[in-house]
This record gives sequence, C-alpha cells and structure tokens, in this order.
Amino acid sequence: MINISLGSVSIPMKAVMNSLTGGHAGKETWDYIILNYRLPKAIAAILVGMGLSISGLLMQTLFRNPLAGPYVLGLSSGASLGVAMVILGSACLPVFLSSILLSSYGIVLASSLGSFLVLLAVLAVSQRLRDTMAILIVGLMFGSFTSAIVGTLTYFSSAEQLQKFTFWSLGNLGNLSWYSIGILSCCVLIGLLMSFLSVKPLNALLLGENYARSLGLNYKKTKLIIILATSILAGSITAFAGPIAFIGLAVPHIAKLVFQTSNHTILFWSTLLLGASMMLICDSIAQLPGSDSILPINAVTSIFGAPIVIWLLVGKRKMMA
Amino acid sequence: MENNHILQASAISIGYSDKKEKKTVAAGIDLSLEKGKLIALIGANGIGKSTLLRTITGIQKTISGTVTLHSKNIHKLDSLTLAQNLSIVLTEKLPPSNLTVFELIALGRQPYTNWIGKLTPHDLTKVNEAMVLTQISHLAHKKHYEISDGQLQNVLVARALAQDTPLIILDEPTTHLDLLHKVALFKLLKKLTLETQKCILFSTHDIDMAIQLSDEIILMTPEKVIQDQPCNLIAKGCFDNLFQDEAISFDKEKGKFVIR
Repeated sequence: MINISLGSVSIPMKAVMNSLTGGHAGKETWDYIILNYRLPKAIAAILVGMGLSISGLLMQTLFRNPLAGPYVLGLSSGASLGVAMVILGSACLPVFLSSILLSSYGIVLASSLGSFLVLLAVLAVSQRLRDTMAILIVGLMFGSFTSAIVGTLTYFSSAEQLQKFTFWSLGNLGNLSWYSIGILSCCVLIGLLMSFLSVKPLNALLLGENYARSLGLNYKKTKLIIILATSILAGSITAFAGPIAFIGLAVPHIAKLVFQTSNHTILFWSTLLLGASMMLICDSIAQLPGSDSILPINAVTSIFGAPIVIWLLVGKRKMMA
Repeated sequence: MENNHILQASAISIGYSDKKEKKTVAAGIDLSLEKGKLIALIGANGIGKSTLLRTITGIQKTISGTVTLHSKNIHKLDSLTLAQNLSIVLTEKLPPSNLTVFELIALGRQPYTNWIGKLTPHDLTKVNEAMVLTQISHLAHKKHYEISDGQLQNVLVARALAQDTPLIILDEPTTHLDLLHKVALFKLLKKLTLETQKCILFSTHDIDMAIQLSDEIILMTPEKVIQDQPCNLIAKGCFDNLFQDEAISFDKEKGKFVIR
C-alpha cells in the first residue's frame, strides 16, 4: 500500500485506497498511474521477493551451504547469459524466429534454461568439492565467465539492442504489463508449489545426504525437483525483472534468525512473507520518495544484502561450522 | 518359534565395480544378525569395514551373493521399507542448521509421517521414548551444535531409535569420544539391545571394550571374515593375525593386545 502511494508523483494514501477498492482516486491521472503502473509493480515486487527468497532457501539446504543463493552461485548470471543470447543474438536470426524469441515466453525460456545449466554445472562441481567456500568460488567464476560472454556479445550488437539489454540488467520491476505479470505469477506459483511439496525431504536433507537416504528419501528425485523449482523461480524472475542481487541469499537467513528454526514448514512461509515485504521495502526506497528519479532496484538490494553476507561470514561462525 | 534372524548374508563378495574392472575387497563373507544381539565389527584400517557396512545397508551392491533383510533381497526393497527396518548412525559431521535436539530426533520419524512430515501423538511418544532411553531429555530444546560430542553421539543414537527399526548400524560411534564416554556409549548400546530386543551392529577400533561388552564379533582379517562370540574367537586365536605386525600380539589370558 505504502509502496503504491510513493513515487515520482505522490498520491495520497486515501486516494490509493479508493482506487484499489473500485472507486476513484480523485484525478484521472492518479487512477491511471495506480492501476497500470504502481499496482503491477507492487505485485511484481511481491512475486520477485517470494520467488527469489524461496529459491535461495532451497539452494542453501540442497548445497548445505549457508551462503548459497541464486545470485551468488551465478544462477542470475546464467539467466542473463540466456537473455543476452536472445536479445543481442536475435539480430543474426531471420525475422520470424527473432520475433518468437523476443516474446516474453522466449525470454523466460532462455533465462530459465540459462539458470538451469549454471545450476547443473555448479551441482556437478559441488559433488567433487565438499568444501563450501570452493562452491562459492566456482559460482563466482561462472558469474564472471558468463559476464565475459555477455560482454563479447554486446561488442557485436547494435546500440538499440545494447540499450534494451542494459536496462534489463539493471533490474527493473516497473514496465511490466498485466500480461507479463500473468506469466510471471504462473511461473512463480509453479516453482513455489514444487518447493512446498519438498518441505519434508528438505528437512531430511538437514542431516546430510546419507542420513536423508537412510530415512527413505529418494535423493535423486528430490534433487531434481529442487533444482527444477529453483531454476524456474530464478529464471523466470530474472527474465522479467533482471538480475536482482542478494534477496535470495539474505531473506532466508533473516527468516532463520528471526524464527530460530530450521524446520522448513515454518521457514517456507516466513521466507515467503519476509521476501515479499523485503522486496516491497527495497522497491519503495528505490523510488526515492519525494524526488523524480528512480534508483535501479539492484543497487538498493545490494546495499542491504552485501553487508548481511559479510556479517554472516564474520559473526555467525558457529552456525556455519 | 519366531524367526530371530533380521539380516543375513551368505557367501557375499564385496567391493567396488565400474565398467572397466571389479575390485573385490573381501569375499566369502557369511553373516547373520539376530534379534537382541550387540555385534561389533572389527578390523584394521582399510580392510573394508566401511565397504561391508555400506553393502549390508543397501547403499552399495554386492559383487556376488545377496544380502537379505527379513528374507528379502535388500537391494530390491523400496527405500521406505528399508528405512523402516534399518537405521544408521554415521561418523560424518552434520551440515550447519538450526535444528534442535528434539527436531533432529523427530526427523527419525520421517519414514512414518505424511507428505509434510506432521508428527502424530504416536510419533511424539516414540521420540520421547528414544530420549528417555538415551537419557537426553534435558537437552531436547538445545541446538544440536550447542552440545558436546558425547551428547551429540547419544542424540544420533536416539534419532536411530526413534526410527524404530529392528536393526541399527553404527559406523565407528566411539571415534571422537574419551574413555568415559566410550564406556557410557557401549553400555547404552548394550542396554538398548537388552531392553528393546533390537540388533545393534557397530564398527569400532576399541577392541578391548568390544570383547568385553558385545555378544558377537565380526572379525575382518585379510584372509577371511569370521563371526562368532568373543570368547570363541579368543580360544581359536583369531585375534593373532588381526594386525600384520610383529610388534603387536594378543594376550589370551587378559583378552587384550600388548605391544612388545
């Protein structure tokens, strides 16, 4: 609500309420702004917050690594690579193909695929390296690897495509039509449903792979579901909102700290709620209330997220070891 | 009379096999694990104790021969049935988490709970029984990383107890413990076999204690694997070639190893 009332054109709370409940906000322009810009953006923020946080939670449990998250492990970079290939590479393709690829579906597919591949690669490496720090470094390497490819691609692409990609990569919750919101919420819902069904196996995984197996868990199947859910969530969100840093890493930790538990039934809901509200808060801050300019959402989440990571590394040794 | 055999293996060969070659670690192993027995698995480092444990817990396939659990081939059982018949305690470290002792033990009930893992009153009774038997009820609400190694080992045993299986297998449960806690753990295992009629199999390097406390010993030597009562094994002189070193010999009178 507050999120909707804030923005470059400030609209009184009361008017917002009116407009949302079907009445009129008082001015035609306010109505328009609320229904076609502010509301979709708020919904997008909620979806993005929930999806990224849950995918972070899944990864932290699957990798037995408190520092895992869609951004840190290079999933978002993988998704960027997918999108970059589509946006920047479409010029080389015939017109009808590129129009298919540039549609929302094409971008979602490309970015989900990108994050899926990176996740598989990270997983393959993590089977060999038991060390948690090594997995993080591998994630970082994948990140720089993909950004190098993206860099090469931008070198060969036109100014217009470049602009489109740059805007996308800064992360943006606005500019989403109701249609895109529809697709995004479908993807996020599927991902969340798959995660919710994995609550019990996730709890078993808290004891490690071998104990989980001894409890009758089908490890391969569980792993596949978790990976699929994570890449659908991270991939679709990245496709629509751009790579958004640290939400996926920080929110599950805040949930774990606040509720002092590892039980995924509780964690699932608390992460969901915290993720949504965190993202709304970040988005409100990004609006810079009272001013005309808008910060890229990525800058805001990084300003909050990066210190949390550092604090985790320095302060919470006990839970890590 | 009811069948006392829980797990049986006749003439199995264990080892690793991949596409290129088969590497047999030990062959011709006969085992029989019976109700209410405390059984120790003893052998030098690298002799294949872990491989044997992995094989009889169904994680790893045999090279030849079959392992049967209640007369059914262990590799053909579905994972849930297996989980309801066999529980394990491992040496590996638990991953970081906020799990409390209670939650950790309650995870042992997973083979019985519904899709979301809800604990029924029956599950809670089992968890509480396990905590009472292992005397850790006072730790229930501590985080698993706040308690000592000795206590954690008891908690892991309690988790296996809560899983309510006729057979519990422990992989070197005494490794990180001092003498006091080793003895306490052994006595706990002994008590559990007597009171619950479960079969408990554990691998260990504390041979002196295993000889004194266990009902049977499975001895792994490079030549063969023998299962028998400790006194019979001593009488047959089986311990003499446990370690291939002139400096270590077994004193039959005292029932322990001496260094020359």
